[in-house]
Amino acid sequence: MSDLNPLAASISRTHEAPGAARRSDSPERVEHAPIAPTRVRVAGLLALQGDFDLHRQAVQNAGHHAVEVRTVEDLESVDCLIMPGGESTTMRKLMHLGGLFEAIPEFAKSKPIMATCAGLILLSRGISDRRDEETLGLIDCTVSRNAYGRQYHSFRKTGKVRLAGPEGDFEMVFIRAPRFEEIGESVEILGRLDGEPTLVRQGRILAMTFHPELSGDGRIHEFFLTGMT
Amino acid sequence: MNAEDKRKIKIGLAEMLKGGVIMDVTNADQARIAEDAGAVAVMALERVPADIRAEGGVARMADPLKIEEIKRAVTIPVMAKCRIGHFAEAQILESLEVDFIDESEVLTPADEAFHVNKDLFKIPFVCGCRDLGEALRRIGEGAAMLRTKGEAGTGNIVEAVRHMRAVMDGIRRLTILPREELMVEAKNLAAPYDLVCWVAEHGKLPVPNFAAGGIATPADASLMMQLGAESVFVGSGIFKSEDPPSRARAIVMATTYFNDPKKVAEASKGLGIAMRGMEIRTIPEGQLLQVR
Repeated sequence: MSDLNPLAASISRTHEAPGAARRSDSPERVEHAPIAPTRVRVAGLLALQGDFDLHRQAVQNAGHHAVEVRTVEDLESVDCLIMPGGESTTMRKLMHLGGLFEAIPEFAKSKPIMATCAGLILLSRGISDRRDEETLGLIDCTVSRNAYGRQYHSFRKTGKVRLAGPEGDFEMVFIRAPRFEEIGESVEILGRLDGEPTLVRQGRILAMTFHPELSGDGRIHEFFLTGMT
Repeated sequence: MNAEDKRKIKIGLAEMLKGGVIMDVTNADQARIAEDAGAVAVMALERVPADIRAEGGVARMADPLKIEEIKRAVTIPVMAKCRIGHFAEAQILESLEVDFIDESEVLTPADEAFHVNKDLFKIPFVCGCRDLGEALRRIGEGAAMLRTKGEAGTGNIVEAVRHMRAVMDGIRRLTILPREELMVEAKNLAAPYDLVCWVAEHGKLPVPNFAAGGIATPADASLMMQLGAESVFVGSGIFKSEDPPSRARAIVMATTYFNDPKKVAEASKGLGIAMRGMEIRTIPEGQLLQVR
């Protein structure tokens, strides 16, 4: 299977005329050479709801293992946790029902967590426009939900990220995305769109408002899995 | 935004809804009950399918006032239905900024030959299907999500099972066919050749594939997920039951833990009476919704 991202693949299949050459300046897909990680990590995918399947592909493309996490016991065997995009209200309820709402902060004391979109909302200190919605408070920031508007206003745009090396472009896909409101001093800003923070790190936690798992660019997953785990 | 970006963003929202339950609601109170129970989205409707079936007449897009009322009540995505081929209703729903449009056989079709050209819209569409050919035709027209048609408003899972098995068997079949047979297979399926090749290579649909049409219990949700559904729609099954909040929560639980019979059993306890439901063979042929 040569395609890194089934969505990108389906898109190009559907819309490209047979035999048409792909535009050489197309930013849609970044090809990576297969990677041989020095140590294979086991990434837990929080699989209560959301796009965890796309994260699985990103983890596997980076040469690591992915297992689904739905219970507290599932957490015991993983090196790190990825909290996917989806509906934060749904995930919160299921986290409470299964005890993960208490277990994840405990996990975060020794293991790294990566979160996209809804995952970020749940890790934040609070939701500025919904004070009543409980969060885990593992990142010193507040967010506003659906801050760019409804699905009609979802978009893709090229932003800037600084991971292990120098700052570079990154295709950012925003789906009914949240925005950072306040960010504490201990939080490092690693990515921006038009100057506005979109990717942050605080200690063992990496969180973003966009979806690298949708754009098919594996650099953020690789950074998390090999640089932070 | 170019066509590829547009499509990626539409499918993106469908991906976010995976592993969740989308519930039919007819007012703000029901929408809040659905959100509190853990629904990932609600479908704003004038009447649930069971009532559409019982009352007869022409079923149309919901009143925009009703859709706006439901949008104000919840923070999760709000979907709404347009009639098959009724692109003017779809345009209205887009102008109301619903998050997803269901071009649905539950409403009375406006066009018996053609579906909406869904690529023209910025908002994603979900469409019903009974087999792989129908699924791929809808994707070819721009659908960002598929669902089984089942037989809506019956509380009877048998048709959704039939349709999910047909789609999944169709996919499995393509993966073992030699390449030179795919063109004729595309002709037989009446499906776009490039999509047939994509499915043959990847062993799945290029968009999320959900279940709908007859889900009434946590066990129904678990069954559909195990057959290959990536989420479930529940129409009449919740608000036509005795205790909608408990049943809604239970179906959410059963969808997440579909592979854990102990948890599904736990979720199934003490939910009161499910919707009464109908035996499909008692429905006169002219009143079947799935053939639309």
